[in-house]
Amino acid sequence: MSTPLLEIDNLQVDFRLPTGTVSAVRGVSFSIHEGETMALVGESGSGKSVTSTALMRLLPEMTHISGSARLGEQELLKISPRQMRRVRGDEMSMIFQEPMTSLNPLHRIGRQIAEVLERHRGMTGQKAQQRVLELLRQVGIPEPERRVRSYPHELSGGQRQRVMIAIALACEPKLLIADEPTTALDVTVQAQILALLKDLQQRYGMAILFITHDLTLVRHFAERVCVMRHGEIVESGDTATVFERPQHDYTRMLLDAEPSGTKAAVDTQAPMLLEASDIRVRFPIRKRLFGRSEYFEAVRGITLNIRRGQTVGIVGESGSGKSTLGRALLRLLESQGSITFDNTDITHLDKSAMRPLRSRMQVVFQDPFGSLSPRQTVGEIISEGLRVHYPELGRREREARIIEALQEVSLDPAMRRRYPHEFSGGQRQRIAIARALVLKPRFLLLDEPTSALDRSVQMTVIRLLREIQRRHDLTYLFISHDLAVVRALSDTVLVMKEGQVVEHGTSETIFTRPRETYTKTLLKAAFMSSEHAA
Amino acid sequence: MTSHTSTHDGFEDRHDRPAGNPNPPPEPDPGPGESLGREAWRRLRQNHAAMFSLGLLVVITIACVAGPWLSPWGLADVDWNAFGVPPTLEGMHLLGTDANGRDLLTRTLYGGRVSLSVALVATVVSLVIGVLYGAISGYVGGRTDNLMMRFVDIMYSLPFMFLVILLMVVFGRNIFLIYAAIGAVEWLDMARIVRGQTLALKRREFIEAAHALGVKDSRIITRHLIPNTLGPVIIYVTLTVPKVILLESFLSFLGLGVQEPLTSWGVLISEGTDQMQSAPWMLLVPAVCLALTLFCLNFLGDGLRDALDPRTR
Repeated sequence: MSTPLLEIDNLQVDFRLPTGTVSAVRGVSFSIHEGETMALVGESGSGKSVTSTALMRLLPEMTHISGSARLGEQELLKISPRQMRRVRGDEMSMIFQEPMTSLNPLHRIGRQIAEVLERHRGMTGQKAQQRVLELLRQVGIPEPERRVRSYPHELSGGQRQRVMIAIALACEPKLLIADEPTTALDVTVQAQILALLKDLQQRYGMAILFITHDLTLVRHFAERVCVMRHGEIVESGDTATVFERPQHDYTRMLLDAEPSGTKAAVDTQAPMLLEASDIRVRFPIRKRLFGRSEYFEAVRGITLNIRRGQTVGIVGESGSGKSTLGRALLRLLESQGSITFDNTDITHLDKSAMRPLRSRMQVVFQDPFGSLSPRQTVGEIISEGLRVHYPELGRREREARIIEALQEVSLDPAMRRRYPHEFSGGQRQRIAIARALVLKPRFLLLDEPTSALDRSVQMTVIRLLREIQRRHDLTYLFISHDLAVVRALSDTVLVMKEGQVVEHGTSETIFTRPRETYTKTLLKAAFMSSEHAA
Repeated sequence: MTSHTSTHDGFEDRHDRPAGNPNPPPEPDPGPGESLGREAWRRLRQNHAAMFSLGLLVVITIACVAGPWLSPWGLADVDWNAFGVPPTLEGMHLLGTDANGRDLLTRTLYGGRVSLSVALVATVVSLVIGVLYGAISGYVGGRTDNLMMRFVDIMYSLPFMFLVILLMVVFGRNIFLIYAAIGAVEWLDMARIVRGQTLALKRREFIEAAHALGVKDSRIITRHLIPNTLGPVIIYVTLTVPKVILLESFLSFLGLGVQEPLTSWGVLISEGTDQMQSAPWMLLVPAVCLALTLFCLNFLGDGLRDALDPRTR
């Protein structure tokens, strides 16, 4: 076997914090050969991103790195910062997760690509311009002559990620580190970006270190895989072998963590809980003091009925209006059309008339970090709704309700005195569910409640949601871009695109016999069926 | 923000429960509002710089309030034997006298009363009006926000001097007018800062969650928005205090502020600057007092910001 391109031996990364030393990576060794794709898989906190940032030497001052990382002849951990700068972007480069923030919003994209060429190749003027256009063409940006003068905000997320790739490839590096390059993108875009990376890899013959939490991607994208946990590699080998015969329990757990099962059907004669017809939501784009304002219609005439005990899933890519629809149904946003909830017409109720109904309709949001007020204790957060809807409760009764709600979501009631930042993502999501449950609602709007969580945590949250639905006869409106989760939870599914319903049917029908092409594309990209694996 | 209407514990005891309660109540639970305050105090106490500053501020304040009564010299008493003498025990001029033979320590303490009270009043005014105004404007948004902020712009565009002179003309010369004038200007910055914070915060999901719970707007503003703007607000307050003290001395220098024989730190410093060569203590004494106070406020402000943020441990 040839000598590897990148060889990492016993890499150890420690963060020296005021509170003590935290070891993020503990003695990791692996190697990558030329032209090969290796995946580093793990859940959040496993040290996979730290490993890659350590290779680029982009970690903050207070970190201590030991071990060795050889790229060809160079020892990356020993060379001077000056030499390191020469390596970065030239011999190895990196693309990041967040295409929205990894480009400088003040510079045209052409300028940002040319910067690398100027730095490492000394290319300027016409020559650089030509190379920039060539790169943009290679990464599949339409009309590169025009786009080269665009600012990042004029591009979509997928296009921005393509520009990031163009920057990373500008100097034809030998190694590309892709740190969750598609996590922030929609599934259909994700498939395109991965196909692009594969294609470019063949053209340039570069090696890719692919960092991800998503096992589905690994299976189709990488030749070898290392599974990381708590800063250590627990299992490594060929992708096929690892997937077929996982040796380590943790790998097996990750593989099993794909949501499975379906929801038991509900009596089709159950009473209607929520009926909405012809819902339209529009946002002003430009407000004028005089004359007509311009509007953007985010939801364009959607009719939806939900029976008690049902779960209706809404799937769609970002910008499809699914979250907007959810908020409109709860009257958190102004909308047109009529909404009937629990036999009450709530279309025209004002804020104070809505208030008594609020205890029956609750929400759980996507971001477990943003949905809890950082300055309130968990107990205060959960009791907030009780203060509004049951002001007659005494302190002790309220306390009892809080404890009950926390137990219901399997959290230790003693935690009610702590603040949200002390909890992990999954625990916070449980707190958010407890906040909703404490009011004993009939209807829960679940707006991407599992999207920000690791797969294994996702599973436990889904299990919890299923259980409380059964126990309290709850009705869910489940919004997600994650089709696997929607499939596991929903009775009926609504596929949305650009504010309209593309397809509506039982979960079974949509996932096994989709009619519309859009649904088919979505499903294909999400489950990465073999013909789409590029 | 920590004040939280007490939830009456005796309430449920009045209900008909058997006297021998089978499950005795658990150890008394600190009210939620109280616990944040207590927690913050515990954390502040661990911050030595902040605690030292707090102690020093208390000492300075007490000295300024009580000191003049203990001093053998009054504010305007002239010692005909000592004009511009350096610190001496003779005649009990511990920090010397000024060019008119008045005791500098006494005058510095009197000056401290004026400077500290101006700082306190103007800051409290800017805090209360500015925070509420900014939070409401940002939270309500739309046309209201537009109107409220245009009013702030108009206030900004009024020349400050013009405002003060106008007040003097209408109400006559009065120290409270200085408080009013400075307070009326200082809240504008605070309102803008808080509004900016609020605009960012109100899109956060926890605010939306509060809406979904049916929480009233007033409660969202006081319980969710304002506490989360505290970090920048406290930092800004520590910047306001020195600004206000200097503004007051500027007004006094122009003859619009406090008048002789009453004095303030700013006035003493500007007098001291004139005599810097011949009588350096006249500058040093009030300048050191002012500098110490400002240092302490900065440390205390940083300490408070960290102590009130549950995320810092």
